[in-house]
Amino acid sequence: MSRANILRYLKQALVASLWLSFLTLPIMVIRVDTVEQTVTWRWMHLAYMAGGSFVLALIWYIMMERRDLSQAKRELETVERDSALMRFLSDPRFARPLMAFGLLVAVAFPWFFSLYQTNILISALIYVVLGLGLNITVGLAGLLDLGYVAFYAVGAYTYALLNHHFHLGFWAVLPLGAVMGAFFGILLGFPVLRLRGDYLAIVTLGFGQIVRLVLENWGSFSYGPSGISNIDRPGLFGISYSVEQATTYMYYIMVVLVLLTIFVTARLKDSRIGRAWLALREDEIACQAMGIDNTRAKLMAFSLGATLAALMGVVFAAKTTFINPASFTFMESAMILAIVVLGGMGSVLGVILGAFLLMLLPEYLRAFSEYRMLIFGATMVLVMVFRPEGLVRAKRKVYKINVEAAG
Amino acid sequence: MEYFLQLFFGGLSRGSVYALIALGYTMVYGIIELINFAHGEIYMIGAFMGLIVAGLLTSLGWPALSVLAIALVISVLYSAAYGYTVEKIAYKPLRNAPRLAPLISAIGMSILLQNYIMLAQTPDFLPFPRLIPELAFMERFSNYLGTSDMFIIVTSFVVMVALTLFIKFTRMGKAMRATAQNRKMAMLVGVNVDQVISVTFIIGSSLAAVGGVLIGAHVGQINFAIGFLAGIKAFTAAVLGGIGSIPGAMLGGLVLGWAESFATGYISSDYEDVFAFLLLVVILIFRPAGLLGKQRAQKV
Repeated sequence: MSRANILRYLKQALVASLWLSFLTLPIMVIRVDTVEQTVTWRWMHLAYMAGGSFVLALIWYIMMERRDLSQAKRELETVERDSALMRFLSDPRFARPLMAFGLLVAVAFPWFFSLYQTNILISALIYVVLGLGLNITVGLAGLLDLGYVAFYAVGAYTYALLNHHFHLGFWAVLPLGAVMGAFFGILLGFPVLRLRGDYLAIVTLGFGQIVRLVLENWGSFSYGPSGISNIDRPGLFGISYSVEQATTYMYYIMVVLVLLTIFVTARLKDSRIGRAWLALREDEIACQAMGIDNTRAKLMAFSLGATLAALMGVVFAAKTTFINPASFTFMESAMILAIVVLGGMGSVLGVILGAFLLMLLPEYLRAFSEYRMLIFGATMVLVMVFRPEGLVRAKRKVYKINVEAAG
Repeated sequence: MEYFLQLFFGGLSRGSVYALIALGYTMVYGIIELINFAHGEIYMIGAFMGLIVAGLLTSLGWPALSVLAIALVISVLYSAAYGYTVEKIAYKPLRNAPRLAPLISAIGMSILLQNYIMLAQTPDFLPFPRLIPELAFMERFSNYLGTSDMFIIVTSFVVMVALTLFIKFTRMGKAMRATAQNRKMAMLVGVNVDQVISVTFIIGSSLAAVGGVLIGAHVGQINFAIGFLAGIKAFTAAVLGGIGSIPGAMLGGLVLGWAESFATGYISSDYEDVFAFLLLVVILIFRPAGLLGKQRAQKV
């Protein structure tokens, strides 16, 4: 990097930082109390803002230049190359032992760590499955679903209500919840099939809101904003157990469900329907022209994503033993979307990494927990601008035909 | 009859604010085919700027109407600056990216701005100063039309007329219409498309800020989350009228305002927000082109 370049970057960053400081000045500095008619001036905030935005702007401009350079380079290359880490991870010699090790850690975890840690990990695992479910709809099929949390709510309320009224157990409702999720996925999927991209996003957002508002207002059905409490934990052949044991049990259930989901989604990705989804994502019209049944592919993607969300809803209700509509807001949908986007749309490994990163980091960096959603939002913008493929680039399976053997 | 008139004018003032915000959505969509998710947040920032300026000036003892005027002007300027900056950060680098990318970036921006206001100001509801005085000659109508309702209706009407004239008769307005019709062609005949996009964001944000200050003064309290609901409803209005069409957004806003007002007045107020969402879903499914929009075949 030459001297002139550095000077130019510094100048650009200075201008950007001045502009941002000016922009945020009233909101960061002034705080008015309109009842007492007093005004607080917080000039320190301006200093933080100016310094912070200068550093960020500097990084932004440098990254921007690199991005433009690499884009120009990529246009020259025909074959996409993986990073060293990706080559390492996709090499079966290393990947197999790594996976075995990961599984071992997962199985041994509750014996070495506290109840609190196990509980956090259960939530993270729930988000892994939710992320993988949304990954089918958004990442593979390219249908931006902003009301995904509605299906999560469907599962949770299915279990809560059946348990409350008919005392049905966790294991009986788990498949029922899945069926309900699939049903709702198709129900909501059918009318929106004709819509493209952003219209689809807004309609699913509307559906998500409708489900939450109905749960909040239809008191005689869903017990309104106060929710449903005393939901049974999962049963184990009628054996009674303590809270700690229940957590461990829940944890193992989640591990199994995560493994199952990973297996299913990874297999689906390279299957006939998975390739149809990718084609759908790339170009809807071309996809139809190739003889793929668009309607069927879209409905499959919608209802499979919904099924996984509803399954997790049942687990969530059994884990917390209490649910209310406040758990199913748009922010929840946005968080799951952030997981998929950060991890890499379409990549199973990426989504898993994304879920762990976004769920565990805020737990352990307590000082930043206030800034959690702020950082999620910024992450979504930054990932889209600088690394649209996410942490792990989704790889498409390459089929090699051995011409000599065939001939 | 009085009840009907009350609902009618309530819907009219509500609808005018929806229309003001919807214009921003529709103009941006018309030019770059993006649902600007952060637009509702710009409206919310407008309301907050209005609150801050109004609180500052009221504590200095300025008269209410001049405070309102100054708060409106500063809030419009600042929101315009926010709209401009948001476009430069979150959308401009993604001009040639796949369709989903700017949409996700927009959602991220919306979450970012919401939390920025929440952390810098407060997560609670803030009372908005009483800026609109009760005018004496309005007393005759006070049973069904409050002064603040009238203020909203008149201001929005003036602003919308000004916008229509701007689009119809200025050079920039012409450039905007050209870019909306065909961006590449406009570029070829010498329209500075980047500038047009910036101006579109600035105008849309200014309109949203007017709506934000007016609704703050009318309702009497604001918080960081008001932009989300207002944003979706305004988007509904834009779609209702036919997205991309400016008279459509105005009409859509009014229709939505009335629909909500009458539905809550005559049916039930519990499901106030559900009506708007249901309307959105029904319209997108049965008439995605909206009331005034044209059904266009997709180019391959």
